[in-house]
Amino acid sequence: MEMKPLTRALLGLACFLIAIWLVAPMFVVVPMSFNENKSLAFPPQGFSWQWYRNFVTHPDWSTSFLNSLKVAVLVAVVATVLGTLAAFGLDRMRQKGSANLLRMLLLTPMVVPGVVLAIGIYAVYLDARLVGTLPGFVLAHTILALPFVLIAVSASLEMFDKRLETAAASLGAGRLTTFRTVTLPLILPGILSGLLFAFVTSFDEIVVSLFITNPYLKTLPVQIYSSITRDADPTVAAVGTVLLCVTTLLIGGGLLLMGRERRSTS
Amino acid sequence: MTGISARGAAIDLTGVGKSYGEFHALRDISLHVKPGEFMTLLGPSGSGKTTTLNVVAGFTEVSSGTLEVGGRNVTGVPAHKRNIGVVFQHYALFPHMTVGRNVAYPLTLRGVARAEREARVARALDMVKMSDFAHRYPSELSGGQQQRVALARAIVFDPPLLLMDEPLGALDKKLREWLQLEIKRIHRELGTTFVYVTHDQEEALALSDRIAVFNRGRIEQVGTGRELYEEPATLFVGRFIGDSTILRGEIQADPSGTALGIAGEVVTTPKRLETAGTPVMLLRPECLALFRPGSACSDGENRLSGTVTEAIYLGSGSKYEVRLADGSMAVVRTGLAAEGFAIGQPVEIRFRGADVKLLADDAQADQMMT
Repeated sequence: MEMKPLTRALLGLACFLIAIWLVAPMFVVVPMSFNENKSLAFPPQGFSWQWYRNFVTHPDWSTSFLNSLKVAVLVAVVATVLGTLAAFGLDRMRQKGSANLLRMLLLTPMVVPGVVLAIGIYAVYLDARLVGTLPGFVLAHTILALPFVLIAVSASLEMFDKRLETAAASLGAGRLTTFRTVTLPLILPGILSGLLFAFVTSFDEIVVSLFITNPYLKTLPVQIYSSITRDADPTVAAVGTVLLCVTTLLIGGGLLLMGRERRSTS
Repeated sequence: MTGISARGAAIDLTGVGKSYGEFHALRDISLHVKPGEFMTLLGPSGSGKTTTLNVVAGFTEVSSGTLEVGGRNVTGVPAHKRNIGVVFQHYALFPHMTVGRNVAYPLTLRGVARAEREARVARALDMVKMSDFAHRYPSELSGGQQQRVALARAIVFDPPLLLMDEPLGALDKKLREWLQLEIKRIHRELGTTFVYVTHDQEEALALSDRIAVFNRGRIEQVGTGRELYEEPATLFVGRFIGDSTILRGEIQADPSGTALGIAGEVVTTPKRLETAGTPVMLLRPECLALFRPGSACSDGENRLSGTVTEAIYLGSGSKYEVRLADGSMAVVRTGLAAEGFAIGQPVEIRFRGADVKLLADDAQADQMMT
């Protein structure tokens, strides 16, 4: 369908404004992180690296960063293993109706409001003495990360030609060997993008973390939140900028992986 | 082991049945394939030929009966322990491996040392004329090339039995005919037992030592192409292999054989139906002759009047389709010297009673032919 020049121009303008709106917070945070004064005023004044230095050297920041990294790595591993197994089980189930029901159940953490989940988890953790512990964080974040792995791996299993497994069997491969040499390499892009999404989900999770944190174990988003509610410390902006770069790289990598997979199977 | 080849394994299916709930995919299949034989399983879709192949390969468990390969009962043995090569219609090459690694795959699984592995991969690729493509990926190959690689992968580990499930089904006619010759040559060179599934009777005739004709989960007849064409055991087989004319009519009293009344005319044969059922006459196109109505006729010849509806010049002769008085169609092949007829021309078809194949009627055989 041909578009009139005016329609085209208006559409372009609308898209441009929406794009600005979506990325505007970043344009605020990034310049602020180089502020010379200890203030969160915008626009910032002068230029300095001091807040980045503060992020690296101040124990509150570096500890919470390492905590987040630790939790996110563990969550990524656990959620990827569990999510991949779940995706496999659902994919190979004979009763498609029950499989769909189970799939919906596993995806509920994406739909249920974070606060509701957080309250539930907090209540249980109080009794189980899991508040402010590493296992507590890993368990809670895994619930949230699992759906992302499930979706990514299910998508690549959907594309996977199961007849290749039959062919492998005819050539002498047992089930485990078939999985290792045929199935796994072909769905690996899906597993890897699931892993990345799981990592990012845990790394920037704040709602549940706020409930189950304590002074002994804080993750980076919790530290950012408590810092900004206490004083106007531009270190927050520096941390935000670092996180922005890291997550952009990770998610970009994940999307690239998914794209490559789609091309190779089509 | 006696037989054509010491390298091919015999197959014995005894009373094999397979049902999915109420549906019987296979009913009491018994089939013996000789070592080194090229056996084709021929039949329309849903007739059980692919299920039978899957049973032999180990992809489908039988509901009843036993399967022996090379004299060993393998009924419950999983597919990966049967050492049987399989070529699929959809090639099933591993997309993440090069051609060379695809072909090396079964050897790697068997722990073949690297030097020998490379030599055998090279030999197998050479046999299918794909040596120049070892470093390509399957996605870079055409369908015919992929199927040749799949064939190399299925023979590289020297299986005593090779199964092929409509391997040429996805290819165009010219490529298919060329690959048929290749498959025949490879069968001759290897001496392996081949079991080949197809729904294409010409392909079956071109390739096979013997053909098993499947219909509705049963084997209707097993024999050489010539046996199936010249002595079909059932109407289904007669119609499935080659062109045929079927004559149905009122059974008339005939002490010396069988007589059928068709739209006021009577045709006879000295043969009698040996099985139960209503007799029908099956005639091959070369057993029929075309004449002008009312022309001179030798004694004892059957004659039926009709109208030419199609005339096809074949070079070596002509093929005619004739609508008979009762509305049924006859297919006639005439030689070079025969007189030509035009579409719409009234004619008489004539045949000798001895050339008639008398078979029991099977209404369902007609439906399957469409």
